[in-house]
Amino acid sequence: MAETFQTTSDIERLLAIAERLKAHLGEEAVEEVKTHNGEVTVTVRRQYLTEALRYLRDHEIFEMLVDATAVDYLPLRGEPRFEVVYHLLSLTHRLRLRIKVRVRSDDAWVPTVCFLYPSANPYEREIWDMFGIRIDGHPHLKRILTYDEFPGHPLRKDFPLFWQPGMPVEKPAEEFEEW
Amino acid sequence: MATVEWEQALMTINMGPQHPSTHGVLRLILTLEGETIVDAEPIIGYLHTAIEKEAEFKTYHKVITLNDRLDYVSGMTNNFAYCLAVEKLLGIEPPLRGQYLRVIVTELQRIASHLVFLGTMAFELGVMSAFFYCFREREKILDLFEMLCGARLTYSYIIVGGVRYDLPDGWVEKGREFLRDFPKAWQELNELISENPIWLSRTKGVGVLRKEDAIAWGVTGPSLRASGVPWDLRKTMPYSSYDHFDFEVVTAEEGDTYARYWVRMLEMMESVKIVRQAIENLPAGPVLADHPWATPPPKDLLDKDMEALIRHFLFYGRGYPVPPGEAYAAVESARGEVGFYIVSDGSEKPYRMHMRAPSFIHVHALPVAAKGHLLADLIAILASFDPVMGEVDR
Repeated sequence: MAETFQTTSDIERLLAIAERLKAHLGEEAVEEVKTHNGEVTVTVRRQYLTEALRYLRDHEIFEMLVDATAVDYLPLRGEPRFEVVYHLLSLTHRLRLRIKVRVRSDDAWVPTVCFLYPSANPYEREIWDMFGIRIDGHPHLKRILTYDEFPGHPLRKDFPLFWQPGMPVEKPAEEFEEW
Repeated sequence: MATVEWEQALMTINMGPQHPSTHGVLRLILTLEGETIVDAEPIIGYLHTAIEKEAEFKTYHKVITLNDRLDYVSGMTNNFAYCLAVEKLLGIEPPLRGQYLRVIVTELQRIASHLVFLGTMAFELGVMSAFFYCFREREKILDLFEMLCGARLTYSYIIVGGVRYDLPDGWVEKGREFLRDFPKAWQELNELISENPIWLSRTKGVGVLRKEDAIAWGVTGPSLRASGVPWDLRKTMPYSSYDHFDFEVVTAEEGDTYARYWVRMLEMMESVKIVRQAIENLPAGPVLADHPWATPPPKDLLDKDMEALIRHFLFYGRGYPVPPGEAYAAVESARGEVGFYIVSDGSEKPYRMHMRAPSFIHVHALPVAAKGHLLADLIAILASFDPVMGEVDR
């Protein structure tokens, strides 16, 4: 197990980075810093996301955004329904850090980070396509995996598994249990 | 006599989705000035199979069979990354022999995948015979896999807690035979291709991806190393006992199509080195961790022990619960960093499974490398990134 986990000193370094991030952005910007399974997750408020990633890229040298995705927590905990997850990788320090933003479904948007990390461009299009979270300021926000006329957003938890054209794209909440 | 003045205008043309050199159903909308590429826009999604959605409705064990269908040219690495992520959530460590077997199969898979890359790239650039040499060698690896797990393409050999089967009788000898013969075949390919003037003029200096661009675009794997970044997860963030083996991280400085080809060529030989070390130093012991519910019970206990039989039915029928939480685990596949991000809610099915696919990024980084080159070179550049559309579209 040890080989896939970041070591204790790595976690300490990541927590120190999280502290510096908090000091840079201010206390209210960071909702939560969590260590779990040897990974450090920092949850920031949406309005500070761009600044947080800019700080991490320029000052803590996280050069690469390896992955960006979202999770729909509707049946688990309700609102805020979505979490947008960014996985950062530092080639210099050999560290991985996860940044999260919580988004409510009635206000589902996040600012784009593709001007900081070009690799965010396709990932953000995928988030829009699969979850319907609008990416504010994205230069080319189009569906990427489904076709343009596709209704609904397939990876939302209320999207039926066996969907066919003509069917509603949302399942009522009381049917969640039997899935 | 009146002269005709040609207006210098940009032309938009469509390439794909059925173009034979696009490695699957990739469509590129190209903006050309004369024959020079000004811009390229990849249109993907033709192979979208919603595997991430489907995984939310299958138990953790059954999702393994979905994963190797994503990157169908190197299925082992997908199983590997997925199992590492689930093991992280469960807190299981596979026994050392299981870890070594994982290394053996993923390295053989890397050779097989690079052979497909080389064969198809050579085929597209007109070296048809290389295609047959490559697939002849790949066939030997697939035979080894078939002997090991009965499958040739979608293996599901690596499972949570270790690997499914131990080596069958005679496998080690066949493996040694392959390791003995492969360097000769490699040399044959090398002599056939690497010094060929046509090959050199089609690949040298074509499709240069600068170091900064490669990092900013999240390019990983051999394509990143060809741009001069010595980043290999096997060395820099070792997993599954990779730190026990002695091998080099192959890099090149140029970042062009030839560098991407050459890095993959040398990597094949490094993989041979790793497999040889792993086979010779293979530790004895079990290949699968013994976890009370997350690993299947030994087959020979089923007709003797009632508890084992119950465990067997629970494992395959209901599945096993995984503690709530989230985990991201990544391995170095033949194409780059394959990562799985799994969110568990404590039930038997993944709440969310996301795959970080290297080809997804490489396809979108393609315009950066292709800008300013001739249309005919696009084929070589695309082939040098070695995208597999199954994992692009997921």
